[in-house]
Amino acid sequence: MSTLLHVEDLRVSFPSRSGMVEAVRGMTFTLGRERLGIVGESGSGKSQTGRAIMGLTPPQARITARRLEFDGIDLLSATPAVRRNLRGGRIAMVLQDPKYSLNPVMSIGRQIVETLRTHESVSRAEARARALDMLAAVQIRDPARVFDLYPHEVSGGMGQRAMIAMMLIAGPELLIADEPTSALDVTVQLEVLSILDRLVADRGMGLIFVSHDLRLVSSFCDRVLVMYAGRVVEEISAAELGNAKHPYTRGLLNCMPTLGTDRHPLPVLDRQPEWRL
Amino acid sequence: MTIDRTSPALSVEKLSVVYGGYHALDEVSVDIAPGEAFGLVGESGSGKSTLLRAVAGLAPVTSGAIRLSGEALKLGRRDKAFYSRVQMVFQDPYGSLHPRQTIDRQLLEPLAVQGIGDGESRILRALDEVGLGSNFRFRYPHQLSGGQRQRVAIARALILEPAILLLDEPTSALDASVQAEVLNLLEQVRRDRNLTFVMVTHDLGVVTHICQRLAVMRSGRMVEELTSADLVAGRVTAPYTRDLMRASEGFRRGERSAA
Repeated sequence: MSTLLHVEDLRVSFPSRSGMVEAVRGMTFTLGRERLGIVGESGSGKSQTGRAIMGLTPPQARITARRLEFDGIDLLSATPAVRRNLRGGRIAMVLQDPKYSLNPVMSIGRQIVETLRTHESVSRAEARARALDMLAAVQIRDPARVFDLYPHEVSGGMGQRAMIAMMLIAGPELLIADEPTSALDVTVQLEVLSILDRLVADRGMGLIFVSHDLRLVSSFCDRVLVMYAGRVVEEISAAELGNAKHPYTRGLLNCMPTLGTDRHPLPVLDRQPEWRL
Repeated sequence: MTIDRTSPALSVEKLSVVYGGYHALDEVSVDIAPGEAFGLVGESGSGKSTLLRAVAGLAPVTSGAIRLSGEALKLGRRDKAFYSRVQMVFQDPYGSLHPRQTIDRQLLEPLAVQGIGDGESRILRALDEVGLGSNFRFRYPHQLSGGQRQRVAIARALILEPAILLLDEPTSALDASVQAEVLNLLEQVRRDRNLTFVMVTHDLGVVTHICQRLAVMRSGRMVEELTSADLVAGRVTAPYTRDLMRASEGFRRGERSAA
């Protein structure tokens, strides 16, 4: 399997009144054309890891890494122009909530066309045709109608499909999905996930699936990194999740109330200071 | 005020909420016994939150009746006595606390509104009950984590010693590990005070954990009312409930959803 992404000792820190706060403290992993899950609680650094790869870290933050390489391109020394070309072109990102991540004053079709024409020189007519095809590929039944709708006119599930269409239209090799279904209803979640799953498989993309939901991620990915306080505390293959060793991973698995288990009170995480090390 | 122990703590009869021709809630009826925890599940737009908000006086009731312990409620503006019996906890602890008031100030507000003295000791007791120490008293919401904020919101609801707590997705904005802590807290206060819960959630695991009975809602109507035990055992009748159950089991590869 060819390696698409090398991340070695990635650190992201933010200035604060009490000095620098490290959100990511030495992430190391490689990614091929596979599905990798990154799981952790809020503040664990999972989203900042994705954003650093994408090049969306806020300007005041400091990023260092021994190696941060996408297909042989060193991302840290790349010029803004190179990164702009990568972003949306070869690396794409699906964000959590279509209500906030789509442009509210631009029709869905125009946003998709804009992405495509930023990265490829195609005629208007061809761009439109490809956007319609892409909307059909994310199982939107009436692409021509949805093309002209604005984000507020569609449901969350439809908006998220439009977002996926927009992210995949330029044919990226790496897709970072940051909580792509957390804002959706449970029944719609599965629909969106199966669309995402099929497209990623058909196109042979690498996928980084960032989520707080360990069970969901493990049902979707090949391999899972569990993050705590900016670091990976455990890496497991999704099938082996039941045999997770780290107490944090096991705690995360255990604390969810599920149908058919009757535990009162629920077990809670007893956070150990040594997990931070 | 006399409280009739034999009638339901909360009874809703043919309640409708109509927004300009759109039936957000369509003739919903339900009885909830004193001390019971009742769940409302369904997708967004199903009317589950509208039902809760209509009871709390936050959504305009078009027709129907609401009774508290058998006593009919005057629809329209609720009086002070109502809010000393019914309190609500909202979904987003980031949005439901005043960002520029200390925790102390926010816990004092309901007491001031109700003309209850003895604020100091009540605030300390309320904070203690939700597992926050007295050192949280003079902090601002932005200095607290999501789970701590939700504890404050619960303390604010409990400080008036209500009989009914309306919970609108109280843990869906929280991490799974923090959710467990807040659910444990809710169960404990319910046990300690014999509270009646009405809880809106989209998570079947959560609803069967907390509630004895639940209703599945869709398009402003109740499609099914059943016990948690029935749901766990799969004794459901409505196909939509079955869809929800399947969805809650998580993603399975190669499966086309039943859209």
